[in-house]
Amino acid sequence: MSNIDQTAGPIELAQATTDGHLNGADRRHAIGPATLQALSWLAPALLVVIWEALAQGGYLSPQVLPAPSKILRTAYKLTTQGTLLNDLGVSLLRATAGFAIGGAIGFVLGLLVGFSRLAEALIDRSIQMIRAIPFLAVLPLVIVWLGVGEAEKVFLVALGVTFPIYINTTLGIRQVDPKLIELARVQGLSPLALIRRIILPGALPSILTGVRYALATAWLALVVAETIGAQSGLGFLAMDAREFLRTDVIVLTIVIYALIGVLADLIARWLERRLLAWHPNYGAGR
Amino acid sequence: MSVHEAAAAQRPADPAVIVNGLRRAYGDRTVIQGLDLRIERGEFVALLGESGCGKTTLLRALAGLDPIQGGRIIVPKRPAVVFQEHRLLPWDSLWRNVALGLDGPDARARAAAALAEVGLGDRLDDWPRNLSGGQAQRVALARALVQQPQLLLLDEPFAALDALTRIRMHALVRELVATHRPGVLLVTHDVDEAIALADRILVMRGGRIAFAHRAHRDGLVARGDLLAELGVLAAHAPA
Repeated sequence: MSNIDQTAGPIELAQATTDGHLNGADRRHAIGPATLQALSWLAPALLVVIWEALAQGGYLSPQVLPAPSKILRTAYKLTTQGTLLNDLGVSLLRATAGFAIGGAIGFVLGLLVGFSRLAEALIDRSIQMIRAIPFLAVLPLVIVWLGVGEAEKVFLVALGVTFPIYINTTLGIRQVDPKLIELARVQGLSPLALIRRIILPGALPSILTGVRYALATAWLALVVAETIGAQSGLGFLAMDAREFLRTDVIVLTIVIYALIGVLADLIARWLERRLLAWHPNYGAGR
Repeated sequence: MSVHEAAAAQRPADPAVIVNGLRRAYGDRTVIQGLDLRIERGEFVALLGESGCGKTTLLRALAGLDPIQGGRIIVPKRPAVVFQEHRLLPWDSLWRNVALGLDGPDARARAAAALAEVGLGDRLDDWPRNLSGGQAQRVALARALVQQPQLLLLDEPFAALDALTRIRMHALVRELVATHRPGVLLVTHDVDEAIALADRILVMRGGRIAFAHRAHRDGLVARGDLLAELGVLAAHAPA
């Protein structure tokens, strides 16, 4: 810029345009993070407004896609007069139970295989083989085994959760810096202290990644399990509504599934921020 | 056997390390063969040598990190080691890093005292990632010294630091060693660092100690001798 300042006449015109450009660029850069954050929420909100307008204007048949306001009214009605809260609770309970069982199994197996070459030789190949089966493919078999009751649904969720937790726990333990394990020997740490002070914290980022994956598969497993032969729960609500062509109820359950998915992801992210505060990729500072 | 053995024998017997006939091999490749070494408590020994001559291998054997294939090593139960990398746990605060391996309710107080000694007494609860390279290496020093080791093994701990920071670290290490008086073995590439810090300088070649030099002679002559031993200069040429 300073070079151009010193040149004369005609080039000053060119400089003026360059400046104009620069100012534009500056203004674009001046959008603060808060504005961007607001925009990121405004955009989907705008979509909902357009959806509402199209539905109110009669461009969308209520049988195909009811208006958001209609869905809200349905939600209110089902909450006050119907069983929405009960169904939601049942679904959450199934997801939580399945997640706890599958997560515990995956974590313990992951610890065993991560720490012991012997356990790896004994267990890992079998787990990898079972993992290769898409877990929804075993659905008919699970129904034969367990019927279509609670056990089947919890089992499916647990099955979907086990593998991501297992794999990421094993991976996390394997990825702990061998130099830090050597340090533990130098500092005279007991095997237990080595695990507690070095291996588990070192594996934690990977384990939490597994938790996030597992939350997604848990939710997917639950939707499928509840769609088939449930007597209560969100999936049952949707299938029941299908019988009566209640598109508003069906869309409502989809929206609730989505909201809970987002909530689960937020919880996982919050956990990462809390537990990985030391990590440059996650932490929000000290 | 070698010069330094004779020299060490004149001192009061309070050894931090005794090594006899050490052999260390990786598979068929012998790295150390018939090595003898003795370091007294409070003595600062620097070990020079070309890359791959077995300096670090010797240090790791003394630290008990690698198995040996022959000979005898007598070291205190838990030698402290400072590595080339700081090896701080990124998920622990500085004081918890320094207290790693300490037991008892006074662990924090002892860690705090050690951090104060290296000039970081006001950073107890800070994270390692907020430290510069020199500061991180000071924490690693504190972590080693808080164990009150009889033997301190330094594996090129200043190699990755810039020149000014290195000089400051030299002063700090001299001071700390004078206070705590462990036996020190410093593995380094840097002849001037060895001269600046050590009471005795050893040159390793062909898997054994090939040359020993007692410090406090004329630095220039020493430097020339050492560089000649390292194959950098013709023998006894002034530096």
